[in-house]
Amino acid sequence: MTTATDTTATGHADHHHGPEKGLMRWIKTTNHKDIGTLYLWFAFTMVLIGGAMAMVIRMELFQPGLQLVDPHFFNQMTTMHGLIMVFGAIMPAFVGLGNWLIPMMVGAPDMALPRMNNWSFWILPFAGGILLSTFFMEGGAPAFGWTFYAPLSTTFAPDSTDFFIFAVHLLGFSSIMGAINIIATVLNMRAPEMKLMDMPLFVWTWLITSFLLIGAMPVLAGAVTMMLTDRNFGTAFFDATGGGDPVMFQHIFWFFGHPEVYIMILPAFGVVSHIIPTFARKPLFGYSSMVYATASIAFLSYIVWAHHMFLTGMPVAGELYFMYATMMIAVPTGVKVFNWIATMWKGSMTFETPMLWAISFVFLFTIGGFSGLMLGIAPADIQYHDTYFVVAHFHYVLVTGALWSIIAATFYWLPKWTGKMYNEGLAKVHFWWAVISVNVLFFPQHFLGLAGMPRRIPDYALQFADFNMISSIGGFAFGASFILFTYIIIDAIRNGEPATKRPWEGAKGLEWTLDPKAEYHSFNKPPSRKLIEQESQNS
Amino acid sequence: MEQKKITKGFWIKLVSAPILMFFFAYAMVPIYDVFCEITGFNGTTGRVDSEQQYAVDENRKVEVSFFAMTMGGFPVQFGPKVNSMEIVPGKFYTTSYVAKNNTDKTVIGQAIPSVAPTDAALYFKKLECFCFNRQVFKPHEEVEMTLRFVVEPELDKRIKDISLSYNFFKLES
Repeated sequence: MTTATDTTATGHADHHHGPEKGLMRWIKTTNHKDIGTLYLWFAFTMVLIGGAMAMVIRMELFQPGLQLVDPHFFNQMTTMHGLIMVFGAIMPAFVGLGNWLIPMMVGAPDMALPRMNNWSFWILPFAGGILLSTFFMEGGAPAFGWTFYAPLSTTFAPDSTDFFIFAVHLLGFSSIMGAINIIATVLNMRAPEMKLMDMPLFVWTWLITSFLLIGAMPVLAGAVTMMLTDRNFGTAFFDATGGGDPVMFQHIFWFFGHPEVYIMILPAFGVVSHIIPTFARKPLFGYSSMVYATASIAFLSYIVWAHHMFLTGMPVAGELYFMYATMMIAVPTGVKVFNWIATMWKGSMTFETPMLWAISFVFLFTIGGFSGLMLGIAPADIQYHDTYFVVAHFHYVLVTGALWSIIAATFYWLPKWTGKMYNEGLAKVHFWWAVISVNVLFFPQHFLGLAGMPRRIPDYALQFADFNMISSIGGFAFGASFILFTYIIIDAIRNGEPATKRPWEGAKGLEWTLDPKAEYHSFNKPPSRKLIEQESQNS
Repeated sequence: MEQKKITKGFWIKLVSAPILMFFFAYAMVPIYDVFCEITGFNGTTGRVDSEQQYAVDENRKVEVSFFAMTMGGFPVQFGPKVNSMEIVPGKFYTTSYVAKNNTDKTVIGQAIPSVAPTDAALYFKKLECFCFNRQVFKPHEEVEMTLRFVVEPELDKRIKDISLSYNFFKLES
C-alpha cells in the first residue's frame, strides 16, 4: 500500500470496507473500479454480438450472388453492426477504462459523482436491450445504415425505428452523464498538488473527449428527436412537403458524427501515449505538444462535418473549405505520430504484448489516417464515396485504431485490475493472429473500393469475387481470435501468476504506486507533490 | 490540502452545456435556412422585389432549362410551358408552368424550387413565382402559373446552362 493511504488507515477505517457480496454489489455499486469493470464486460459482450453480425456480413459476401440471407436482413446486419460497435462497444469500453483509471491517475478516491456513475452504466444494458429487441419486431430492426439518413429513417422505416430512437436517447444520456462525471472528477477531485500539466495523457485526452461528448451527443439527441416528431407528430424537419429538407438531416447528423469519430479515437491516443514510453523506457517525447495537439484536433473536429457530404450538391467554395479544414487535422495528428516515434527513438525497447499492440496501433492507425486524407480530397471523393474504400478507411481507424488501443490497455492495466499476470506467450500468439488476420480482412477492401464496389450491398459484380473471398477469410480468422482473447483474459483472472506493484519496468503513473491489485478504495489521502512529480509523464 | 468541492456554479455550467447543445440542434434548422438563402447552398433560389436595372451585356447568352416533378402521390399534372429559353443575364423574363388537377377533389400543394449548378443558385432571382405561396387546384381545373425571373450578370462567366426544377408536394387534398 502507498505511504499516503497508510497514514490515514486508522482515521478512515470505516471507508476501508470491501465490496458487498453477491449480485447486489454490482447493481448498487458506486465504486469507480466496479463500474469500470461493468462497463468493460458490457463492451466486451457487445463486441461479440456486433462481431457475430459482421460474420454474417462476411459470409454473405464470401461469394457473389445472394447465398445466405435476404437483402433486407443483410441491411439490418450492417446497420446494427455499426450501431452496436459504435455505441455499445467502443464508447462504453473507453468509459470503462476512464472509470477504472482516471481516479487512480489523478490521485482521487473515486469519481466525483458516484451515484450518477451507477446510473450512467445501468442505463446501458437497457438501451442495448431495446436496440437488439428490434430484431424481433414486425418489419425487423433498423435497416437504413448506422447513419440513419432521412427520409429512409423517417418516411420509409419500420415501426421499430421508434425503439431505435429511444435507445439512442438513452445511450446519449449515459454518455453525457459519463462525460459530466469525468470533467467534474478531473477538475475537482484531482489531487490538490497536481497541476493540469502534471496530468497523465490518458486523463488529458479523456477530459477533452468529455467536452466533445457534451457538445456532440445532445445534437444527436436533437436529430433523433426531430426524427421522432417527424414520424409521429406531424412535424416536417426533414420532409420537403412541409418545407423541411432531408439534406439538413445530414448536416445535423454529421455535426454530431464528426466529433463522434474523435470521441472514439482521442482516448486511444491517450492509452498509446502511456504504453510507448513505458516499453521504450524513455519519457514521452513532447508532452505539452501532445496536449495541445489533442485540443486542436478536438476543436477542428467541429468544423469539418460536411466532408461526409461532398456529393449532396455543395458550392465549390464549400467543398474547398471543408477539404482544406479536413486536411488541417492531419497536422496535429502528425505531431502525435511524430512524438510516438520520437519516444521510441533510441529507447531501450522491449516488446511485451501491450507494446506490440501499441506499435501496430501507430502503424495501422496511420494507414487509416492516410486513407482518410484521400477521402477528404473533394474531387477524389466523388469516386470513393460510399464504396468499400470508405469501409476500409473507417475500419482501419476504428478496429486497428480504437479497438487496438482498448486491447492494448487491457493487457497493460490487467495486472493492476486483477493483481494477476496474463500468459505472455499465448498473448503474443493472439497478437500475431489478430494483426495478420485483420489486415487480410480490411486491406483488400481498399482495392475493392477503388475498383468501385459499393458498400451496404449484399451482392457484387464478378470481378470483385477474389478480394471479397480473401477479405472474408481474414474476417473469420479475426473473429476467431476473440475466442483466444477471451481465454487469455479469463485464464489470467483465474490462474494468472501474481503481479507486482509495477509489473512493467519503465511504467510511470500514480496507479503503479498502489497495491498489485489496486485497493477497493485508493487515494483516500491525496498523493504528495513529490510522488506526483516522480510519476509525472511531463518530466 | 483538502479536495475541492464542486461549486454550484460549476454544476450549473456542466448541466446546462448539454441542454444548450440540444437546443442548438434545433437552432440549426433556421440557421440552415438563412445559410442556404445567403449562399445559394443546396440550390435555393433568391427573390427580388422590383424590376431592378442591371448592366446588360446583350452578347452573353445563357440557356435556362425548366423541369417539373411531383412527389408523394401528388395528383396534379404539372409541367413547364416551354422546356428551355435562351436568356441574357440582367434582363427579366416571363414564362409559365401548367398544372391540371385530374381528380374530383380540391388539391393544395406547394412547389419547392431548386437550381443547378449550385453556384448559379445565388444569382437566380425571382420577381414573381407560384412557389411563393401554396397553390389551390379546384377539381378538373387547368391553370397557368407565371414565373418572372432574372439571372444576375454577376453569374460566373463559365456557366452557360442553368436548370431550374420545381418539385410539387401535396399539402392537403
